Amino acid sequence: MIANGTRVRVDDRFHAGHHRVPGYLKGREGMVTACLGSFPNPEALAYFRSGKPDLALYQVRFRQADLWDDYAGGTADTLDADIYEHWLQPLEDRP
Amino acid sequence: MNETHVHSHRHPPAADDPAGGYEPLERAIRELLIEKGILDAAAIRRRIEAMDSLTPANGARLVARAWTDPDYKARLMEDAAGLLAEEGYELEHSPTVRVVENTEGVHNVVVCTLCSCYPRMVLGLPPAWYKKKAYRSRVVREPRAVLAEFGTELPGDVEVRVHDSTADLRYIVLPRRPEGTEDMDEDALAALVTRDALIGTAPARAPGES
Repeated sequence: MIANGTRVRVDDRFHAGHHRVPGYLKGREGMVTACLGSFPNPEALAYFRSGKPDLALYQVRFRQADLWDDYAGGTADTLDADIYEHWLQPLEDRP
Repeated sequence: MNETHVHSHRHPPAADDPAGGYEPLERAIRELLIEKGILDAAAIRRRIEAMDSLTPANGARLVARAWTDPDYKARLMEDAAGLLAEEGYELEHSPTVRVVENTEGVHNVVVCTLCSCYPRMVLGLPPAWYKKKAYRSRVVREPRAVLAEFGTELPGDVEVRVHDSTADLRYIVLPRRPEGTEDMDEDALAALVTRDALIGTAPARAPGES
């Protein structure tokens, strides 16, 4: 369980098959703003497997200025994405 | 080098459909399902009719009631899926619905960059532009420019918050109630709430605005 307010990094990894995380968020840092419940793993469902055990799903908020070097909007602009736990590394837990 | 020659070296724009399109694939799968007795043509037609009966007017009614009834709004923000199920929407096989509220300081806009997820179980089918690569790739990267193309210019101190609905939730925007609508009833208010207002590409209409 990742607590609200925890800073996280989206894993920048590759594996064969379906990735249920947008490529433009890989390697980016944001903050968990809500836990949205648990759902079957879509990367297994994509291949007709059960998707069990369920994965926790988090709403992660990114600053637009952290996503795009040349972002033209305001510094307060944000982007929320819903990301499953196996793509998130809590930054506090890292050495 | 003449103009024709230059054009012959241009790349075609990125396609939204695979070569050949989805239609032959859809037809093949449909015919197989019918042939194997898993579905019949009438069941498919009933499903299409059910989908076509859902429209953005459903979302407009939710918004108008939320504008006029604080308890209803609180419930909508906290547990939209539960509320909608009570109102008779068929959500059993659908993703969860969540409502995000526009305020003086935050403007929400919804996209799905991975495909074209949309709260179909409430609003029906999405508009064609919502599914196009142009909208999906640009609104996460330059949301203010995209919103301006919809005629929606936001002050710099308003936070634009893009929701990339990448998983098991679908988002509906609760737009701000326009000024000058204090005396309007729910039906009149609902008429101000357009599909684009529910996606977040536009505000609700002002009274008298066409």
